[in-house]
Amino acid sequence: MRAYLPDYDLVAPAGIDELLRLIAREPGEWRPIAGGTDLMVLLEADRLPFRRLVSLSRITELRGITASDTYITMGGLTTYSDIQNNEILQREFPLLVKAAGWTGAVATQNRGTLAGNIANGSPAADSPPALLVYDAEIGLLSERDVTWREYCEFHTGYKTNCMEPDEIIAHISLPRNTDGCVQYLRKVGTRKAQAIAKVAFAGLAKLRDGVIERIRIALGSVAPMPIRCHQTESVLLGSHIDPATIAQAKDAIASEIAPISDIRSTAEYRTRVTMNLLDEFLRGLAA
Amino acid sequence: MRKVPIDFRVNGVQRSVDAYPMERLLDVLRENLGLTGTKEGCGEGECGACSVLLDGQLVNSCLVPALQAAGSDIHTIEGLAGKKLHPLQEAFAETGGAQCGICTPGMILAAYQLLERHPRPTDEQIREGLAGNLCRCTGYQKIFDAVRQASEAISGET
Repeated sequence: MRAYLPDYDLVAPAGIDELLRLIAREPGEWRPIAGGTDLMVLLEADRLPFRRLVSLSRITELRGITASDTYITMGGLTTYSDIQNNEILQREFPLLVKAAGWTGAVATQNRGTLAGNIANGSPAADSPPALLVYDAEIGLLSERDVTWREYCEFHTGYKTNCMEPDEIIAHISLPRNTDGCVQYLRKVGTRKAQAIAKVAFAGLAKLRDGVIERIRIALGSVAPMPIRCHQTESVLLGSHIDPATIAQAKDAIASEIAPISDIRSTAEYRTRVTMNLLDEFLRGLAA
Repeated sequence: MRKVPIDFRVNGVQRSVDAYPMERLLDVLRENLGLTGTKEGCGEGECGACSVLLDGQLVNSCLVPALQAAGSDIHTIEGLAGKKLHPLQEAFAETGGAQCGICTPGMILAAYQLLERHPRPTDEQIREGLAGNLCRCTGYQKIFDAVRQASEAISGET
């Protein structure tokens, strides 16, 4: 059943000030739309709950990827294709580049934006586990100010987040500190290509003399939102990787996820696969 | 919400339509402009039948609200041939890469973008480049043959 189009309003401000003024005047009334790869699917199914939409597509201030010595910052309109084409991201943040290549195919990657993916908040999205292990920071812009939030605090539940109704995601920043880190990303789906994750696992670690001195682990599709596995990380931090540590970490990760059984998989399978992926990541670190 | 005037270029010609802002570009192309070469398959960005080039980028026109296409440069399958068929169109016809034809316009535009990015694509690059375009007739092998043949034709080799 297709939506009744006269019910929907869409405006396209030409500049950032006009956009922010509009959403500040009627907070929560206007839903931002960027590439449309999520919202237009809902429209076609007559399940789009937002009646008034504001297009970000003309806001040039939200385009582009910039880098300083310490951070790389992606504008809110950065697409999956932009991510794959950026040399710094390819070199220093390969997990994000890989995840961008998993998100739909070329036509979706040309239109879909990382900020839209974050705002949509699907627990099964491909990019969030990578963003979590990279300690991403989210720049939320409103007419009032810019507020920076740690991405690991951004999602608050199933498709809910910490944004105020007058804010947009203007920037996604990654600290450039991955030098010397082992990086791991694996998605388990029904098949290799064009599938939504049953489990997605991202890991990043740095060892010194066989001891884990830095570790980040994040998962998709095993909780109401993408999650960082803080308890598992604390088991591993400062440890040597031996069979006892691996077993302890696997118990920890099984206890801090909250998978469900749904059309794509079962809770039991997701738990087992999560433990197996952690095992593979840690054995790879030890090798 | 009423229809609004939206201007863009389609296949090199300036056009103006009246459309609802959230109307799908796919419907505007087919119904307002009569460009029925662009097909509707799934209507949710999975199958690629509605692929067009929007400012040089392959997109699913079923997921583009008409207002976001304002001021843009759009190319559909109707604009690909000049006085003679594009080498991709010739290759799809010659190899049997087109059967029922529903996926073919989108498949050819995806292949066009692929050859722009990778003039001599590997099998893996062809697979990646066409991953968003589903075909239920050919089994894909003849489509791969068509892309390889077009690549050779465009690169000036036989």
